[in-house]
Amino acid sequence: MPKVIVDPVTRIEGHLKIEVEVEGGKVTEAKSSGTLFRGVELILRGHDPRDAQEIVQRICGVCPIGHATAATLALDDAFGIKPPGNGRIIRNLILGANYIQSHILHFYHLAALDYVKAPDNILPLAPRYEGDYRLPEAVNSAAVNHYLQALEMRKKAHEMLAIFGGRAPGQRAIVPGGVTETVDAQKIINFKFRLAELTSFIENVYVPDVLAIAEVYQDWLEIGKGCGNMLAYGAFPVDDDGELFFKRGRYTEGVDGEVDPDKITEDVKYSWYEDDTGGKKPTESVITPAPKKEGAYSWMKAPRYDGKVHEVGPLARMWVAGDPEIRSLGEKAFSVMGRHAARALECKKLAHAMAGWLEQLQPGEPTCTPHEVPREAEGVGLTEAARGALGHWIKIKGGRIEKYNAVVPTTWNGGPRDEKGQPGPIEQALVGTPVKDPNNPIELVRVVRSFDPCLACAVHVITPDRDVRKFRVY
Amino acid sequence: MREINRREFLKLCAGSVAAAGLSQLLLPELARSLPAAGNPPVIWIQGASCTGCSISLLNSTQPGVKEILTEVIDLKFHPNISAAAGELAMRVIDDTKEAGNYYLVVEGAVPTKDGGIYCTVGERDGKEITFLERVKELGAEASAVLAVGTCAAFGGIPAAKPNPTGCKGVRDVFKEAGISTQVINVAGCPPHPDWVVGTLAHLLLFKEAPELDDFGRPKVFFGKCVHDNCPRRQYFDNSIFAKNFSEPGCLLELGCKGPQAHCDSFDRMWNGGVSWCLKAGAPCTACTEKGFPGCAVPFYERMEPIHLPNINATADAVGGALGVAVAAGIGAHLIGNIAKGRIGKKEEGQVKENA
Repeated sequence: MPKVIVDPVTRIEGHLKIEVEVEGGKVTEAKSSGTLFRGVELILRGHDPRDAQEIVQRICGVCPIGHATAATLALDDAFGIKPPGNGRIIRNLILGANYIQSHILHFYHLAALDYVKAPDNILPLAPRYEGDYRLPEAVNSAAVNHYLQALEMRKKAHEMLAIFGGRAPGQRAIVPGGVTETVDAQKIINFKFRLAELTSFIENVYVPDVLAIAEVYQDWLEIGKGCGNMLAYGAFPVDDDGELFFKRGRYTEGVDGEVDPDKITEDVKYSWYEDDTGGKKPTESVITPAPKKEGAYSWMKAPRYDGKVHEVGPLARMWVAGDPEIRSLGEKAFSVMGRHAARALECKKLAHAMAGWLEQLQPGEPTCTPHEVPREAEGVGLTEAARGALGHWIKIKGGRIEKYNAVVPTTWNGGPRDEKGQPGPIEQALVGTPVKDPNNPIELVRVVRSFDPCLACAVHVITPDRDVRKFRVY
Repeated sequence: MREINRREFLKLCAGSVAAAGLSQLLLPELARSLPAAGNPPVIWIQGASCTGCSISLLNSTQPGVKEILTEVIDLKFHPNISAAAGELAMRVIDDTKEAGNYYLVVEGAVPTKDGGIYCTVGERDGKEITFLERVKELGAEASAVLAVGTCAAFGGIPAAKPNPTGCKGVRDVFKEAGISTQVINVAGCPPHPDWVVGTLAHLLLFKEAPELDDFGRPKVFFGKCVHDNCPRRQYFDNSIFAKNFSEPGCLLELGCKGPQAHCDSFDRMWNGGVSWCLKAGAPCTACTEKGFPGCAVPFYERMEPIHLPNINATADAVGGALGVAVAAGIGAHLIGNIAKGRIGKKEEGQVKENA
């Protein structure tokens, strides 16, 4: 039984290794493991609660805004405050700008090279896994040009983000109670023309490219299904009552449902943490690393909703929201190409919404609600990072952080097996994937990258002592 | 076109001038200085990192990333950009090392606890390679090492108390292993793309590092104190302090650590000159300093006043008392203000953490 190991998986965020068994040209078993542990939640203990939103941004440099958003929502909750309208909108604009940056980066610079044959003379775009690059010459060369154009566009999205955020990545404006930046006409105009240019790129280049690739690679609508359950916390509050632009909801075993955060638990049977820390709610979670634990193979935990495996991300969000274009695909949407399509269509939808939010800003009006740090409090912040559902839980005691827990999108998607032995979404999506040539396992990275993994909170595998067949790749 | 000299180069890199066209001047120079064998090979590896430094570099405007990749360096491997994965990627790295004369860029801290088990990158002969091993083996043979970002330079966020994985900066790791390769610390969480590109360009043009301060940071970018150059300085001198976020005034009361921070963001600005931390009303967190984050937390509480003789303090001048707030003439000014009742005293019993 040949085993194929891809370590490191490149063109994702962070440290990931995948290990699969291949039989009869198909994957029969898969393991996804993160190979880095930093312990950000341990570092947060004892800090001033407001330090959280700065420190958690360093969980990930691709989606720091998602973490800042979740942290400040948790702090708002703990402090019992709400941002003023301007503060709410600017937070949305900063987060939205990062979605656009992240989605463009993901498609063109992380994923596209598995479908588009890059020129051999631009390193590090060669060498690469060889495989079935089947785009017509004209489409392929257009896509290569768009790769370079997209570099400029994602940079522009970060410029847009910095207008209100101060800088990107690692913006500085989002704080408990709102934002530190103020609103004036010049900032609105600066934001507006960049958003218009980005919207045009998304509509006329990004979405058409995804559709052109999906057209040629139609079989990838049948590959990489995963667990078939979708979960979204929702994000982008559009009014002061908490109405969300991206809806909260789930789709479990073919049925739509509500989300009750109380039903979220994290298993650690196959993770490098002490066993007695497993099966806990995020509010009860403790972290005791056990890097030599027998049978464990990942630094990620295995989050479950009501004990069931769920996928998170743009596909989950679009599906849960009942987006007609994605729903019209039926469950074929749960696939490698379905994920890429959902991400691109979501990007378009969001860019248009942002133009409307920008109009609602009131120059000169307040952007932040003053606050006091309570001695004892608890808070929860649920939002959506570009990569999916993100929750932060905080417990404050004596005016300091006693406990902090972040359950991140890639833990949902890339986590290991749970107590019941149920594999995580990426592991399930890999099973059944055809592998034509184990020396060039391009199919595996196509599946993994469709999830846009972000592993900065991740993992490491101890290989069992057995003969692992090594594949030389030339 | 005559050749650029070092002084002109540094002038070119200095603050606001950079936007005027680093690329027009620098690129032809770089192109001319390149060896006939092609662009110098660069290997970029990530340890206990968040990819923020790479994302920041992608925001480079002068020159842009495309120019850097095609005209300046030969980037053999980068975890987020490389087309190759797995063993193929590992072999590219090994081949580059064999060929020699390469530069190594390290992003992220180096976990050293338990033999470095907390971060592995790839495998060799069926066994994981720890990032700790990787940094040492690639670093020992490199022409020079760029420690990009505060984590690679000093340990940064993952090395903050209690430092669960024993994270260290590259210089400390080399010192313990007896590796003599020069390490240039391009600090910042994240570093500004110009700091990375400018440092790299200096290396390629003059075959040596720009002048460094005692913390191994290029003086051209990290030679000035934020507080002494802050556009809000007038507020400070007039004792006008913001009490809540988004208000006008000096941000000292809201926890600004500008007096202990060194960089040129006040001049250079970020993201194509759009803004920077203080402009957006955010107190400085001293993210370029060796003590970050320990020396700057709580981020939103006022720092301790410290007396210093010189007003224009550079990191060298104050000797970088680690984890201690380094202030330029700020002590007396603050104490005067407290005496006059303009600002409140710090609460008793607040714990000051050190990294």
